[in-house]
Amino acid sequence: MTTPPPGFTFTFDGEPVPARSGQSVAAALIASGRRSWRHTRTEGRPRGVFCGIGVCFDCLVTVNGRPNHRACLVEARPGDTVSTQEGAGHDDLAC
Amino acid sequence: MTTSRAERPAALYDIAVLGGGPAGLSAAVAAAAQGSRTVLIDAGPRPGGQYWRHRDGDDGALHHGWSQFRRLRQELAAHPLLDHRAGHSIWHVERTDEGFTTHTTHTGHTSRDGIPRALRSRTVIVATGAYDRQLPFPGWTIPGVFTAGAVQALLKGQGVLAGKRIAVAGTGPFLLPVAAGLVGAGATVVGVFEAGLPTAFGRHPVAALRNLPKLAEGAGYLRTLLKHRVPYRTRTAVIAAHGTDTVTGVTVARLDDQWRIVAGGTREIDCDTVAVGYGFTPQTEIPLQLGCEMMLDADGSLIARVDSRQRSTVDGVYVAGEACGVGGAQLSLIEGELAGLHAAYASNGPSVDRGRLARLVRQRAAQRAFAAAMHQAYPVPDGWQTWLEKDTTVCRCEEVSAGAIREAVDDLGATDPRAVKLYARPGMGLCQGRVCGYATTCLVARANHRQPTADDLRGMAARPVAQPVTLGALAAGADDNGS
Repeated sequence: MTTPPPGFTFTFDGEPVPARSGQSVAAALIASGRRSWRHTRTEGRPRGVFCGIGVCFDCLVTVNGRPNHRACLVEARPGDTVSTQEGAGHDDLAC
Repeated sequence: MTTSRAERPAALYDIAVLGGGPAGLSAAVAAAAQGSRTVLIDAGPRPGGQYWRHRDGDDGALHHGWSQFRRLRQELAAHPLLDHRAGHSIWHVERTDEGFTTHTTHTGHTSRDGIPRALRSRTVIVATGAYDRQLPFPGWTIPGVFTAGAVQALLKGQGVLAGKRIAVAGTGPFLLPVAAGLVGAGATVVGVFEAGLPTAFGRHPVAALRNLPKLAEGAGYLRTLLKHRVPYRTRTAVIAAHGTDTVTGVTVARLDDQWRIVAGGTREIDCDTVAVGYGFTPQTEIPLQLGCEMMLDADGSLIARVDSRQRSTVDGVYVAGEACGVGGAQLSLIEGELAGLHAAYASNGPSVDRGRLARLVRQRAAQRAFAAAMHQAYPVPDGWQTWLEKDTTVCRCEEVSAGAIREAVDDLGATDPRAVKLYARPGMGLCQGRVCGYATTCLVARANHRQPTADDLRGMAARPVAQPVTLGALAAGADDNGS
């Protein structure tokens, strides 16, 4: 893996989001004016960053089809496909 | 799965330092300098922990003690006996015949899912730090309510402002640098709402005088706030946040000395962001996993009991920094150095530098006196519980309300948080009670007409697996030491 260029984009729910090398997915989303990227399992409430340091697991997000990444910890990479996570992120399993 | 495993030969380290903040860095550097083969294991991509969280190429302008950090970072990179394992999340520490095995998952450029690694050592130094302590309030789950630490981490670590109009709320001296950092970066801080009345500090003149630099630091932040006309209000709290998909405002209330709302003292303030923190909660899952004796600290936190050499009650386990009592970065540096020296003396038997030890012990005593005075100056009385509605979420992960917790006590007869956890599920989600553990403990204790105990907190803090780990990672197994 080579170091990403200083400025690049990834997509969030299909829309391009600018990011800088080393920036977390959460930081890039917040910088682009977004606040939430998950709906809770029980009440379907929107959630985004709360603790910002990997403690609270509120900011879970789906990255390249895999759910439950902590957006505050995972670094954005060029071409990533990031999407809103519904519940535990396995609704497609219908169980 | 192939990884760059060829980097190290089989190794049994003398010392594994768990955590790369001030305490861990200080411990690792001190231990290696005494001739101990040492590994520093840390989840972050760069050393520094939360206190020195930074970006690549950071000049340290937003940081205190940056020159101390640079010196430690230089030693960490250069010392031949010191290895740094960045990006390693520790999920379990196990006792073995030879000492300890620290199980981690490694996240980095090669994988985002976490590659399992195990590191062996004769001794461990736990320096896992702390995170913001939270009290629930109506609306605290609305996006735009952040911990004070999150807002600080976004700014220092990512160069991103969490919002435009920000209310800073909670209790303790940490609110000041957070607010000052925000206004310095161009945000509007609508107010700093300190629930306490930190005048009790005046009753500890000796502790204060011995820590003049810290007081000067606090005064500097206050001057910054004054210059930007940021209101600083004591005995005042954000008791509710409003909005649906994002924060649109808060309710601020005057409090009495028990933190109950004073009638007629509430008002609404428009803002898009809240940064909140009520002190800190030490990360104690590793001492708990290892069976170390724990105790209740003056600030109501569960901490590991240590002796004068920073030894826990379990052989070979040292604890330094916030995990044995919240006291800030300077105390962490001193405790880390002491732990590193004593662990090295015990494992290698180099000659003891009495002068250095005596100086460190003196400094530790002064810093601990200061920390004790701080804890007394910023207590958390339980009147905050009256801010909650029946449907206010307490456990953010499992979406358990204050009403459900009280029902578990009143209707199901739960007398401690562990039983409540079983009946109503607070603390059963992915964060494993890290966020709601303190509040749940306080709610259950009060509903049972008693004070929280160390046992109560232990019931919400014990985590046999400290971080999520995939079954695949478990099945793969791995030994970083190559044996």
